Amino acid sequence: MTPRHDDVPLIELSGVSKVIGSEIRTTLVREIDLRIMPGEFVAVTGPSGSGKSSLLYLLGLLDVPTTGEVMVNGRATSRLREEERARLRLTHLGFVFQFHFLLPEFSAIDNVMLPMRALGRLGEAARRKRAGDLLGALGLAAHVHKRPGQLSGGQRQRVAIARALANDPAVLLADEPTGNLDTASSEQVLEIFRRLVDETRRAIVFVTHDMGLAARADRQIHIVDGRIATPAEEAA
Amino acid sequence: MNLVLDIARTHILSRMRQTLVGMLGVAMGVGFSVMMASLMEGSQRDFVEQLVDSMPHITISDERRDPPRQPAEEAFGTVEFSGLSTPVTRPGIKNPYAIIASLETWLKGSVAPSVQSRAVIRYAGRDTAASVTGIDPRSEVLVSDLASQVREGSLDSLYKASSAIILGDRLARRIGARVGNRITLVSGTGQVLSCTVVALVHTGIAQNDETAAYTLLKTAQILAGQTGLVNAIRVRVRDIMSAREVAQRIEAQTGYKSVSWQEANEDLLSAFEIRNFIMYTVVGAILLVASFGTYNIISTITHEKTRDIAILKSLGFTERTVRRIFLIEALIIGMLGTLAGWVLGYLLCIALGSIEFKSPFMDATRLPLYFTPVHYLIAAGVALAASGIAGYLPARKAARLHPVEIIRGAS
Repeated sequence: MTPRHDDVPLIELSGVSKVIGSEIRTTLVREIDLRIMPGEFVAVTGPSGSGKSSLLYLLGLLDVPTTGEVMVNGRATSRLREEERARLRLTHLGFVFQFHFLLPEFSAIDNVMLPMRALGRLGEAARRKRAGDLLGALGLAAHVHKRPGQLSGGQRQRVAIARALANDPAVLLADEPTGNLDTASSEQVLEIFRRLVDETRRAIVFVTHDMGLAARADRQIHIVDGRIATPAEEAA
Repeated sequence: MNLVLDIARTHILSRMRQTLVGMLGVAMGVGFSVMMASLMEGSQRDFVEQLVDSMPHITISDERRDPPRQPAEEAFGTVEFSGLSTPVTRPGIKNPYAIIASLETWLKGSVAPSVQSRAVIRYAGRDTAASVTGIDPRSEVLVSDLASQVREGSLDSLYKASSAIILGDRLARRIGARVGNRITLVSGTGQVLSCTVVALVHTGIAQNDETAAYTLLKTAQILAGQTGLVNAIRVRVRDIMSAREVAQRIEAQTGYKSVSWQEANEDLLSAFEIRNFIMYTVVGAILLVASFGTYNIISTITHEKTRDIAILKSLGFTERTVRRIFLIEALIIGMLGTLAGWVLGYLLCIALGSIEFKSPFMDATRLPLYFTPVHYLIAAGVALAASGIAGYLPARKAARLHPVEIIRGAS
């Protein structure tokens, strides 16, 4: 895992806003200040279109803020080149989406190995072992050579989690990771997240509509109209 | 790079139908352009071999380019004379063997004397016009392919009888003469000569085979009624494309009209240039159409992979890496298609080459085809370039897309 200090935010947003469109301008995220610390288990909630996913993409350097700064491990990212941002995503961040987004032509283990191969730190044997271990830890030891089409929805999502963890990121970002899953599979995913936070001191930020799942997180951030809602707003 | 290759390979192998369609598009373009190029160059070379290489490359005749000027015209340039007659000159090239010896000192090739005359062949009560060429068999073999075209005998058969003659096979058939028959030749000057047919010649060009007859120099000189006459010197040069320049030099040196094969076939050559232009346009069009086909197929495959591009980018793959994956995919499809196209082109050539055509003016013949790696390499170059562009442009566009837009759209 990437070396980390408990007092340094893994990701820090300072006055971050995101506006899209040139003629009709839409503000997705407004003036957000946020710190994600090691070992935090954060749920982002809010109504549809409130800017939850946009916030997550900004946290994960998939999107660039219109104003403000996103710091990853204390490093400002607004002026980084695309290659450098891609490198940071590869080394520090892991993504899980609502849809598994596995490459359909590759087996589960090959999908998990992709980020490791892109990073190039480990040799082939070490990569294969780590991918196998990750899949095994997520209860997929019997399915490592299956393609996504041969797996159930829950299994695919667990493969996607294994892939997100492949390069041992400090932060795992998940956008509605249980959105397409049944209750049992959703429960499984949440348990995995909890275990990862408790055992590895990773930070996990996940977006969800489900207030019951959000309640399982250590911290909840409620987004309304692109802003982090104050308690009064939340009450309203 | 291994990862890039591996992803490209997996994409290709897992979508066999698309890969095959892409490959077929490239293979068609490469195969048909190879076939057309082979046909085009084959016919060009066939033309050279049939019409040029079997004949002397340059013929020096006893004519002059311009009629000789009257001595009075030389003396009085501003005065117009009328009623002057052209001075009578003895036919033939003056000092032909001295000219031949002189040419042999610098000319890269071979030189042979000959006597050209027209005569009427009288046989079985019928008169038939013929073009009689007196040759020296020993030097003739150096300037033309006549020796290899002789049937039922050989060029040396001319030495077997006192007045031996070799007839074009169509001419012999027309008059009903066979080897061993005696025929009568009547020249324009009234000389009558009885000759024995010792062999037949078949050049494959109907016009030649219907009128040509060959005798020894001496026999032709007797027929012309002029001992020692040589009215044509036949030249073969090593580099046939230099014939025009060599002919000009000979003409400047000797003053006699020297006609290169290019000049003799000027009308055919200009027709040939037009034909070449048409053929090159057709081959170019085939390659262009095939390139568009290749572009379409490969860019469609790339577009279908837009979501994968977004996934790879979200994982941390750079735009450059993503572009490289799809460029390599396109190049692999292009290479596989090129290999298949080479095989297809070769088989098409073999199939075309096996078709026999019959013409009243030529021998039964097959389509002339020329096999050279150059055709295959040019077609491959164009196909690979088209595949590369077809992979690169859509991949560049897709790699520039914001992954968030694709991920949102696909969720």
